[in-house]
Amino acid sequence: MIAALVAVDVTTYGWVTALKVGVVLALIPAGALILGYVFLMKMMSHMQSRLGPMEAGPHGVLQLVFDGIKFLQKEDIFPDRSDRRVFALAPLVVMLSTFLLYIVIPAGPRLVVEDLDTGIFFALAVSSLSVIGILMAGWSSANKFSLMGGLRAAGQLIAYELPLVLAVVGVVIQAGTLSLQGIVGAQAAFDMSFFGLFTIPSIGYFIPQFFGFIIFMIAVQAELTQTPFDMPVAESELVAGFMTEYTGFRFLFFFMGEFGTAFAFGALASTLFLGGWYIPFGFHDGLLGDLQGVIVLFTKIMIVSFFVFWVRFTYPRFREDQLQTFAWKWLIPLSLLNILATAVFKVVF
Amino acid sequence: MPAKPQVPGLLKGLGVTFRTMMRPAVTVQYPHVKETPAPRARGVIALKEENCTVCMLCARECPDWCIYIEGHNDLAPPRREGGKPRRSPKLDRFDIDFSLCMYCGICVEVCPFDALFWSPEFEYSEMDIGDLLHEKRRLGEWMTTVPEPPALEAGAEVKKGKK
Repeated sequence: MIAALVAVDVTTYGWVTALKVGVVLALIPAGALILGYVFLMKMMSHMQSRLGPMEAGPHGVLQLVFDGIKFLQKEDIFPDRSDRRVFALAPLVVMLSTFLLYIVIPAGPRLVVEDLDTGIFFALAVSSLSVIGILMAGWSSANKFSLMGGLRAAGQLIAYELPLVLAVVGVVIQAGTLSLQGIVGAQAAFDMSFFGLFTIPSIGYFIPQFFGFIIFMIAVQAELTQTPFDMPVAESELVAGFMTEYTGFRFLFFFMGEFGTAFAFGALASTLFLGGWYIPFGFHDGLLGDLQGVIVLFTKIMIVSFFVFWVRFTYPRFREDQLQTFAWKWLIPLSLLNILATAVFKVVF
Repeated sequence: MPAKPQVPGLLKGLGVTFRTMMRPAVTVQYPHVKETPAPRARGVIALKEENCTVCMLCARECPDWCIYIEGHNDLAPPRREGGKPRRSPKLDRFDIDFSLCMYCGICVEVCPFDALFWSPEFEYSEMDIGDLLHEKRRLGEWMTTVPEPPALEAGAEVKKGKK
């Protein structure tokens, strides 16, 4: 969309592309830092009746920045028998998947890096790229814990990819488009009227698609390997799973990938179910629309992430077989039912 | 058997973490905010030198062997004319190595002459572990921080000759 606004000659195209890449590259650590600080450090601490970091900056806001600097100073260790090239590449693959996720997420009427017609399909496709990176990391580390973690991650991510996609299908059927901007527009046009008595202005699809939303959030929890589903990095069983052998900035990449993806999935969930950058009675075009869109989307991401991390800090870990049972015997049939119901309603009304 | 979802219990769990989050944290930001320890807290052991008779009971009972005592007997004039001169034990050295001490308090319990006391002071960490060996003078200085003993129960007899 941004590209469409400017005349397409080579230099402008180059500059715009550089700007887009820069924005996305800045978004990943920014999102990771915000989620890491607000939820991982502060919210978890208070849920455990403690304060968390308090010394680095006011209320410890700079703690993660300093942690990052510390990681950069660490020695870059390769295990003796590791497959060096694959080992070095794995964090980058995970990061790449996060990076590509940000491309299609709209943050305002014009603020989207690339408004693909198949936006949500693209997002779900690139999000599963991280499985390859995790498998690479697990395999190349020459460590049984890493291998176990990598295989568990592969099994888990593939199992939960299905309910994730199937839950999104309900939204896609209702909106009638795969484009994320289109889905936001469809939600904006969607008013719920109760038998003509009164009308609620659009607050997104999470009421008609309530079951889809719940299934989507559970699957997101598993995709992000957050706690009830954190077998791949189960620290009491597998040290740190596929991350066991990683140090320094390569570990930092995994960390930023995890929380950057959490931020992106928060944005996806808000876009699909909560109306994205749209709020009723707000600005819906122009510069003000864009500015408001960023704030609205950010607020929605924080609300969604709050629930993700709230669940993370509350529940203990599933057992591996319980995890698979839950995905294949409960979530996938339920999401298929959801699709069926959505399709029926779509045809009837 | 398929896993049976226990939804009410899950919600209850979420409620617990949420309520905990809303309550103020129990953490005390130590160097900035100081908690007052309980009056009888086991912080450091103080020595009242004039009560010590160099009986070595504390050093012998200490499970960590962290008390070092040296002493000698001075001769005091006899109580009656023509009697034997009395022994008057003098303490030369009384050290407690707090890097070994496990704060069990057996020395304080076992002392028959009330020469050892608990003080609630706890801020005596050192950069060098050797400095944790408190000598007689330093143990004596802790006496100023020992709280008054609790009042006797009503009707209790006060021992004669005791202050």
